[in-house]
Amino acid sequence: MSGELFAFLVLALLAILGGILMLNLTKVIHMLLSLVLTFLAIAGLYVLLSAEFVAIAQVLIYSGAITIIMIFGIMLTRHNDTQKTKGNRTRNMVVGAGVVLFFFTMYFSINQVSFGDQATSLHVENTKQIGIELYSKYIIPFELMSVVLLVSLVGAIILAKRDDEEEAEQK
Amino acid sequence: MSAIPVNAYLLLALVLFCIGLFGALTKKNTVIVLISIELMLNAVNINLVAFSKYGINPGITGQIFSLFTITVAAAEAAVGLAILIALYRNRSTVQIDEMNTMKH
Repeated sequence: MSGELFAFLVLALLAILGGILMLNLTKVIHMLLSLVLTFLAIAGLYVLLSAEFVAIAQVLIYSGAITIIMIFGIMLTRHNDTQKTKGNRTRNMVVGAGVVLFFFTMYFSINQVSFGDQATSLHVENTKQIGIELYSKYIIPFELMSVVLLVSLVGAIILAKRDDEEEAEQK
Repeated sequence: MSAIPVNAYLLLALVLFCIGLFGALTKKNTVIVLISIELMLNAVNINLVAFSKYGINPGITGQIFSLFTITVAAAEAAVGLAILIALYRNRSTVQIDEMNTMKH
């Protein structure tokens, strides 16, 4: 067994373990922290796929920013919330059956897939390649993305801001 | 170098997507539903990066596309959390089955 295959198996196992823990734990904050494990394992998989820059972005944005913002969301609302009863059992069964059906449909279609060659130069100066491509070929989507970020920032502030009249009412 | 077939990555992404789908459809807490959607987006990202290395036409494009996806996911998480805070202020609940004002 080569080192690459071993690393892939360990990382894949960790990723799936985090997901399973998320489904089975009861406290909301524990579910969130188990997903951090999944996100970190996925970052490791990106390194295996010779995408170092995407791996760093994954660690910074997913296991850093998004997890922290979700923890803020939990702490500002019901911080000791737990998943009450297992919910509607029949609905869970129906959803589970649908998901399993989806899994096998996709599984049979990706089982045979194989594309001969692979890129060999992706790991050479990965960040530089991404930068050159981003600022030459994809400059318009890149700039549009900054507009998306600005709009979501302003929108989030407006949505979460307390209205003035409402505040006056409470006084 | 090509020790791992592309099927393995696709299968892992499929498993993670199914876990995220199940979580998003069955969990009651809104924050967990949001993070399950993030998990599904992440599974798609694995596919993009895997195709950028092992696909028919390998190149850096898949990685750039996944960077765009990560950005949109971050924006979506921020707006989702803002909506959650506003909802909690008005209804004082985070359980998704108690948010049924629009239900007839």
